[in-house]
Amino acid sequence: MTAAAEAIQVRPKPTSDAALVWFEECDKHDVERVGGKCSSLGELIHMGVRVPPGFAITTAGCTRFLQDAGILDEIDRLLQGIDAQDIERLEQVSSLVRGMIESRPMAIELQDEIAEAYRKLSVRCCVPAAPVAVRSSATAEDLPGASFAGQQDTYLWIRGADGVLEHVRRCISSLYTARAIAYRIRMGFEHTQVAISVGVQKMANAYTAGVMFTLHPGNGDRSVIVIDSNFGFGESVVSGEVTPDHFVVNKVTLDIMERTISQKEVCCTVDLKTQRCVTLPVPAERQNVQSLIDDEISELAWMGKQIEKHYGRPMDVEWALDKDLPAGGNIFILQARPETVWSDKAATSTSGEARSAMDFILAGLLSGRRLS
Amino acid sequence: MKFPVPHDVRAQVIPGTEGWERMYPYQYQFVTDDAERNAYEKEAFWFYDGLHYPEPLYPFDTIWDEAWYLALSQYNNRIFMVPPVRGVDHRMINGYVYISPVPVKDGDEIGSRVPHFMERAGHYYKNWDDLEAKWKHKMEATIRELEKLELPRLPDMEELNVVIDALGESKGFHLLKAYDDLINLGIKCWQYHFEFLNLGYAAYVFFLDFVQKLFPSIPPQRVTQMISGIDVIMYQPDEELKKLARRAIELGVDQLVTSSKEWTDVEKALKADAKGTEWLVSLSLAKEPWFNVSTGTGWFHHDRSWNDEMNVPLVGIQTYIEKLREGASIDRPTDKVIAERDRITAEYRDLIQDEADRKQFDELLGCAKTVFPYVENHLFYVEHWFHSVFWNKMREVAAILKEHGVLADVEDVWLLRRDEIKQALWDVVTAWATGVKPRGTATWPKEIEWRKGVMEKFQQWSPPPAIGTAPEVIQEPFTIVLWGVTNKSLADWAAVQEVGDPETITELKGFGGSPGIVEGKARVCRTVSEVGQLEEGEILVAPTTSPSWAPAFAKIGACVTDVGGVMSHAAIVCREYGMPAVVGTGHATKVIRSGMMLRVDGSTGAVSIQR
Repeated sequence: MTAAAEAIQVRPKPTSDAALVWFEECDKHDVERVGGKCSSLGELIHMGVRVPPGFAITTAGCTRFLQDAGILDEIDRLLQGIDAQDIERLEQVSSLVRGMIESRPMAIELQDEIAEAYRKLSVRCCVPAAPVAVRSSATAEDLPGASFAGQQDTYLWIRGADGVLEHVRRCISSLYTARAIAYRIRMGFEHTQVAISVGVQKMANAYTAGVMFTLHPGNGDRSVIVIDSNFGFGESVVSGEVTPDHFVVNKVTLDIMERTISQKEVCCTVDLKTQRCVTLPVPAERQNVQSLIDDEISELAWMGKQIEKHYGRPMDVEWALDKDLPAGGNIFILQARPETVWSDKAATSTSGEARSAMDFILAGLLSGRRLS
Repeated sequence: MKFPVPHDVRAQVIPGTEGWERMYPYQYQFVTDDAERNAYEKEAFWFYDGLHYPEPLYPFDTIWDEAWYLALSQYNNRIFMVPPVRGVDHRMINGYVYISPVPVKDGDEIGSRVPHFMERAGHYYKNWDDLEAKWKHKMEATIRELEKLELPRLPDMEELNVVIDALGESKGFHLLKAYDDLINLGIKCWQYHFEFLNLGYAAYVFFLDFVQKLFPSIPPQRVTQMISGIDVIMYQPDEELKKLARRAIELGVDQLVTSSKEWTDVEKALKADAKGTEWLVSLSLAKEPWFNVSTGTGWFHHDRSWNDEMNVPLVGIQTYIEKLREGASIDRPTDKVIAERDRITAEYRDLIQDEADRKQFDELLGCAKTVFPYVENHLFYVEHWFHSVFWNKMREVAAILKEHGVLADVEDVWLLRRDEIKQALWDVVTAWATGVKPRGTATWPKEIEWRKGVMEKFQQWSPPPAIGTAPEVIQEPFTIVLWGVTNKSLADWAAVQEVGDPETITELKGFGGSPGIVEGKARVCRTVSEVGQLEEGEILVAPTTSPSWAPAFAKIGACVTDVGGVMSHAAIVCREYGMPAVVGTGHATKVIRSGMMLRVDGSTGAVSIQR
């Protein structure tokens, strides 16, 4: 039995207040427990999508840490009667709270549990001190606020248990950015009731990575899949640091309808000496090379189509192509969430009320076609 | 959009062609001596119909342009009363045809046309299948009449029975009448051609419009795929070749059939063999009517049929025999094609979010599927079958003119207008009756030589894609179909034309006709008679393809054409074979040479040339 399979099988079903769960122990119903990101990763694993393995520190686990360290009480006191408009005060309180979260001791049991899960993850991946991405995973109640924080709180290529622990704390502390606090005050959420989860996921050693929308972000066309890609980790694409390569794929037939190869001056990758994630210039001779080959584009689009079908709505997907694995099994989905911009628009009817073909043709003739 | 003034273009006469106007009907000229007409011409928008006329028209070949000028216009404007448009006006510069849809400008008049249109067009849409069956009868009767039409030679002495039976008519009169009948049959055939065509296009165009509103990125080739028929009769000639290949193997005469590339040799060998004669019987059955298929589009006198050029179908049969000997299947993957069409339709339909939209989709799809087979099938009856017979009947007329010294060669007849031929026949017939020499023996050969020179100069000229004043909207369905093809393609073609040296061009743009990417060696075939040179896996580069090219597709890896849209033969056949096609590149046969390495991307419509 492989290490990976063992890791899944030997674990008893986690209790509802467990501090830690593996992604495969979650599904889409677990948003409250592990946040949107991690529950979605669990769901993807269940539908058979290739997802890098990992675990989540649950909302219960995070809350327990804040409670045990006495931080929750202090937060309550500090945020009492604070004014959402008072930016200076907000900043001050935020930095106090975040300082506490990032420095106060964590219960040794929780530390051990996280370190042990991390060790098992490394064993599963057959690497000593597996490089991981540590990300906050927000729960639905606090989605907009936490997603501000969440966007900023992604730590890449973290290796070793100490590093993981440190960055887990940082992710938790992202709940208390001045912006998130102000948002909750305005929305009337209790500061102590909001919860966060943190995902720890094996990092793909990305040759190329990027994002994929299962509709056209420009016009909402659901018959296409749009892929943006650059060499290295997907962060350079997500952050808008480069103009990525851009592909439009026909969702029905999976053929590539548009290819725009951009000049990609930088990419985000790991510095092997320092073992840190850095932004590096792309060698001149590779800048204009297509960063994702046609077969990979089609395979990725096919995966996107399956994910959309499973969720029953257009999706926004982050993906990476692992350079250590052979073609045909090297595309990983790092994240998938519902697309919101076009999907949430009320379905507007093109035809108004369906008409007979004859009436439609007449109307078409009368309005004619614009020359451009 | 700014375009040149038609009369400015017209004023720049190519040296040595002065007086060319007499080669075409006078109403085709842009005028300066009629203020009212001149103002109308300046305000109108004219675009070069490069889709139908990649080359300047020979004077006689103008007949089909006149025929559709009349037919399309009358159906729009006088029969179906299409509310916002009248007909399509025509002009000509240097042998190239420019067309312009004429709008109904008065809102009240448009409104008053609506109920008539709904009643009249509605009747056709509602009774489409019945009326189309009727059409087929009318069309077949017209073709039979044409086939039976006799063009009598002029005898030194009339038969005795003219006297005995008191006929009271001479062969001279019969010849004049037969020529009129021939022309009238041609015009009649084109009356039928447009009876359904514009309504068919309208249903297709507005279905396309609707689907593109739902899915702005949908390639037109996918929309065409949803409505394309499977048992289209344009495939039948190719099916006949396959049957003949199987039959040859069955009878054991395949060796004889493949013994030479020359039909006359093969025929001789077959006639000498008992089984061979049996095969020849199968052949003669297949020929009627399927070998009337043209080796070109059928629009021009130089498009000969399989019957005229038996080497063409012979190469096709040989290709299929070869495939059968290798154990390969030559059957069309009909089930696969149908399954794929249905899958694509269902998937797009499932992507429609709104219930009313889905209903509208079903309604328009149903209508388009009803009318589209006509759009595909009429081609065989009119442009292939009728035209092939017609061109040869005209050659019979030409042979008579040659006999009487008016023409130096049969093929010179195409340099005369149809009304000039009538005049020449009168000249010949009266001179024959009188017993003198026709006047035309001295005038026509000289004029024809001069016209040949003019045609050569016209061929060198590049017609501007559009002239006049562009309107904001175009409402005429036929123009929309044409414009859809030309608007984008002309811009791409113009870009290529701007590159001075064709040797430096590394990319051509056309329409993605069938998706996929293939790299391979180019083989330029200007006519179907050259497809015998094709080797397995090569990329066929052709001006355009037609059903008689079908066997070539069994060999090639991809196809690139100069002319054609997503409904063109090359696009449809490549989709069936699952190989890429880029159509309507404008210049492929001029820029690409056999042996060049190409990369054909049938999704984006790009052809890269490795230099």
